[in-house]
Amino acid sequence: MMIPACRLADLPRGEAHRLDIDPPVSVFHTDDGELFAIDDTCTHQDASLADGWLEGCEVECPLHASKFDLRTGAVDAPPAKLPVRTHEVVVEDGMIHVRISTEAPNLPPCIAARLAGGPA
Amino acid sequence: MRTVAVVGASLAGLSAARSLRKQGYDGRLVVIGDEPHRPYDRPPLSKEFLAGAIGEADLALERDDEDLRAEWVLGTRATGLDRAERAIRLADGRDIRADGVVIATGAAARTLPGTDGLAGVHVLRTLDDARALRDDLARGGRLVVIGGGFIGAEVASTAYALGLDVTVVEAAPTPLAGPLGETMGGIVSALHADHGVRLLCGVGVKGLSGEHRVDAVLLENGRGVPADTVVVGVGARPCVDWLRGSGIELDNGVKCGADGRTGVAGVIAVGDCANWYDPRAGAHRRVEHWTGAMERPDAAVAALLAHGATEPGVPRPPYFWSDQYGVKIQFAGHATGADSVTVEEGTTDDRCFLAVYRRAGRPVAVLGMNQPRLFTRWRKQLAAAP
Ligand SMILES: Cc1cc2nc3c(=O)[nH]c(=O)nc-3n(C[C@H](O)[C@H](O)[C@H](O)COP(=O)(O)OP(=O)(O)OC[C@H]3O[C@@H](n4cnc5c(N)ncnc54)[C@H](O)[C@@H]3O)c2cc1C
Ligand code: FES
Repeated sequence: MMIPACRLADLPRGEAHRLDIDPPVSVFHTDDGELFAIDDTCTHQDASLADGWLEGCEVECPLHASKFDLRTGAVDAPPAKLPVRTHEVVVEDGMIHVRISTEAPNLPPCIAARLAGGPA
Repeated sequence: MRTVAVVGASLAGLSAARSLRKQGYDGRLVVIGDEPHRPYDRPPLSKEFLAGAIGEADLALERDDEDLRAEWVLGTRATGLDRAERAIRLADGRDIRADGVVIATGAAARTLPGTDGLAGVHVLRTLDDARALRDDLARGGRLVVIGGGFIGAEVASTAYALGLDVTVVEAAPTPLAGPLGETMGGIVSALHADHGVRLLCGVGVKGLSGEHRVDAVLLENGRGVPADTVVVGVGARPCVDWLRGSGIELDNGVKCGADGRTGVAGVIAVGDCANWYDPRAGAHRRVEHWTGAMERPDAAVAALLAHGATEPGVPRPPYFWSDQYGVKIQFAGHATGADSVTVEEGTTDDRCFLAVYRRAGRPVAVLGMNQPRLFTRWRKQLAAAP
């Protein structure tokens, strides 16, 4: 599934743009000018990685500092243990599009429980 | 270096073991811990784990596929460090010889004298503490938390959500005034009242009453607060007694340089037990927060492996978070020494704001309530400041 995100011109380097789909996905524009898209929700708890700290090709979760590699989704250190999904980014006519991965997302236990109708 | 021993098998110890392997150390690695458990995460013990939202498996700090090629000596306490022999003495009589030693023994919850052996009285530091407290909270009733610091406040918040009747007793006039200053301490601790949790400030605790099980907390003003369960949250003290007589300088924990090196060659200290020199503050600071225990071992291990031939960098300003009554609280920097604090975004009334502490006009700390994005930007700025 291809989803339009925003205009490239509207996403400065060092910034992220969150798509409010379910689960949310974020596009990151690195300081070097590269574009990456990953699942926005940290795999540890309910934090938005678009709110995080972007450095090079890594984003640090705004709550507990696990870092995710934007290229692979891999996580470096606790408390998060699972990677986030990565998505393909396509720019056409100055518009950023995201091709959503077909893999299952790694949602944090609190959200997974909520989706399953269990306690939050 | 052929053998490195890490004493303390929790967050700081695990981070040090990881740093060693990441930085190319290929020798024997022994991790010694007095708890029987593999490294687990403590912050959820007062939050999601206590609330029953996550289980023990979710607390694991290691990944399933992780192999540090370490020997794990668990369930055994280190009782001494013999400098001449370069050996660590264990309570079970064994000696472990090591060329490099990482001290990561953390801190232990302070208790109130004379409360031993009374059922229903808890501290909260370990998984075993949390299990026992969770069982008692499941009985419902009245909980009295002694101490309005972060752990006490989180326990109060969790217990409130579980439906208990909660009272917090704090000896200081304002809770959290130490880490946050008077004004912000008052604003954050107002969360209790928002939720109908009683907060009694400026009154000390004289003792507890009860035959076999606690039935009340006795205050210094003569009042008694009825209780079915009591949590003592009055801080933690560094676990460094085992180092007495070892030649390691102890002063509010293990006294270290700006890169975790102690005065003894080949010995570093990390995490809650370590009193590092902080170049920004120009003083030694023992930081009892998760992120420091996680991040700082990298620098300390680099210094250990280079035999001190590295230049200590400036560590990122201390950072911690707390979750109370559904509000995310984040703080970075040092509030002590600030001469002003201003709200830069949002309002304190709706518990959604960002406040900046300054000293002579320069930001020295930042506090956020439900402001992760702005907080993260400010924290970055704070770290970049000279
Ligand atoms: C309930 C709770 C909630 C918390 N919440 C937050 C939070 O929200 N945010 C935040 O920033 N921080 C929080 N913290 C603080 C954070 O968990 C600590 O800073 C962190 O655990 C420190 O790690 P450490 O490895 O230095 O010490 P510890 O985690 O204390 O580990 C030290 C280990 O060494 C062992 N040990 C001690 N003496 C010996 C010995 N002689 N021989 C062998 N082993 C020994 C101990 O048993 C322990 O297993 C919380 C702490 C607790 C207890
Ligand atoms: S929520 Fe991201 S590391 Fe905890």
